[in-house]
Amino acid sequence: MKIHNTRGGRIFDAANYVFLTLVGIITLLPFVYVVAGSFANEAEITRRAFFVWPEQFTLGAYEYIFSTPAFTRALITTVLVTLVGTLIQLILTVTMAYPLAKKNLRGRKLIMSLVVFAMVFSGGMIPTFLLVKDLGLLNTYWALILPAAINPFSLIIIKNFFQELPAELEESAKMDGATEIGILWRILLPLSKPVLATFALFYAVGIWNDFMSPLLYLSDNNMWTLQMYLRQVTAASDLLGTGNVDPTYIPPEQGIKFAVIVVATLPILIFYPFLQKHFAKGMLIGSVKG
Amino acid sequence: MTAPVVEAKASERAATTPPAPARRRGFAVHFAHYKWLYLLLLPGVLYFAIFRYGPMYGVSIAFKDYVPFLGVNGSPWVGVQHFQDFFANPDFPRLLGNTLILAFLNLGIAFPLTIVLALLLNEVRLSVLKRTVQTLVYIPHFLSWTIVASLSFLLFALDIGPLFQFVNGLFGTNVDILSDPNWFRPLIVLQEIWKNTGWGTIIFLAALATVDQDQYEAAIIDGAGRFRRVWHITLPGIRSTIIVMLILAIGQMLNTGFEQIYLMTNALNRSVADVFDTYVYFVGITQGAYSYSTAVGLFKSLVGIVLIFGTNWLSKRFNQSGLF
Repeated sequence: MKIHNTRGGRIFDAANYVFLTLVGIITLLPFVYVVAGSFANEAEITRRAFFVWPEQFTLGAYEYIFSTPAFTRALITTVLVTLVGTLIQLILTVTMAYPLAKKNLRGRKLIMSLVVFAMVFSGGMIPTFLLVKDLGLLNTYWALILPAAINPFSLIIIKNFFQELPAELEESAKMDGATEIGILWRILLPLSKPVLATFALFYAVGIWNDFMSPLLYLSDNNMWTLQMYLRQVTAASDLLGTGNVDPTYIPPEQGIKFAVIVVATLPILIFYPFLQKHFAKGMLIGSVKG
Repeated sequence: MTAPVVEAKASERAATTPPAPARRRGFAVHFAHYKWLYLLLLPGVLYFAIFRYGPMYGVSIAFKDYVPFLGVNGSPWVGVQHFQDFFANPDFPRLLGNTLILAFLNLGIAFPLTIVLALLLNEVRLSVLKRTVQTLVYIPHFLSWTIVASLSFLLFALDIGPLFQFVNGLFGTNVDILSDPNWFRPLIVLQEIWKNTGWGTIIFLAALATVDQDQYEAAIIDGAGRFRRVWHITLPGIRSTIIVMLILAIGQMLNTGFEQIYLMTNALNRSVADVFDTYVYFVGITQGAYSYSTAVGLFKSLVGIVLIFGTNWLSKRFNQSGLF
């Protein structure tokens, strides 16, 4: 197919390529600036408007933040909550998806429609907050994990994935005397590794990035996660006026803000290539069959 | 002698497991047969019952005067008092206005930009460039609003932020963009574009890949140029996807995104920044007006449901294609 044969078409292509390259670069620039700024000294940040390479490299900002207990505590907390939370959320999702994938299981349709209804309508912020409070989960890390434990979209996609696996696999395992749980554990899970890895990453990103849950459920700032700490460090100033900031707080220097942003972003960027490998496919299955 | 034995066994098996379909048997038998599956199902069902349907039951406090020590059940009913209070409150028109303006800015600017970006990416024949640009523009979607807000605070930092200097230089002004109420909405839309435009193209790119390639060849033979092909083949080809995404976006209109707005709100821009989502937080959590704020949240949810069914009905009426 000859598409590029007209002169207008070639000019359009050239312009389009330049434009899209610029879009890509502009998307990236804020990160480049923040990474560069995190290695620069305070004077350079104040003096130079924009730079992608510091004149003088310094690790001062990182040394400082890793020496403050508030930051290291928030970092360790967030890593642990993310790991444990992802595991719990994934187990809950898979154990629910597997029975729902069985076409002859009674009650399956009813449960599925209740799941779909929960996607359309939710109780909202205050009733959920009161429930968490009544369950005694305020100021516990369970409050960051349990209320959003099963994502209905993920549940439906994993259920559909199980349904599409050939039925013969299970039948032959049953002949060999495997139990349902044995089939799930030894046959289906190994086959679904890429799918489960993708959803594990989505759950992990969700917990890592969550700002609303710690804001609502953790009032003790010794329990704060990295996102809460980041908010405190970058936004605290006299004009905040939205509460939740210690009035005795002294705003940190710019360089420290840069370094905290880099640390909070880094895990996402490290895992992004793995995520990217599968998300487009996952998104589409979800949108077609959800 | 062996053949009859086998036959007997087969008939025995047929006798013990009734040939009737599972549906005919009692639920107890069915349940006993699938007990492991039901056991696996239990934690998930409990999760939905407690954490998804529990709050839905809790919504009833919108019609009550919730007193913490009386609980959801014990608190006295007050009917639609909280709704009347909300509609009579001078905050109501301001919240509705702020929410709708942000929604229309996102629908009018961010939504079309997503389609334009998808169309431009679709025209790229150089697959290395296409993949690289896609990789880059998807990244911001995975970053938290806290990070997006923090990046904005640094880029627009008073006097020293690079974008503070650039924008003020451009307009010949010297305003603090982060606290100036006039800059609040442009800033929100800009963040939304940076964070989600790239990610939004995925669904349109998938739709574009399904457009019939033969039509393009026929159009080329007929002498149609690049733009006419996009206008007459590509866009009609993804029309139903655009409509579905538009219905979903309209259904989400009142959900301005709590985290983004909350993080960008400060004492100076409250007049334009307050939307339903953040109002529920400030009134409910900070001031403890649980019933009143639940009523506000319920109002928002109901309007969202009406919007999604309404647009779906309209789109079916005029286009014969809808979401459901």
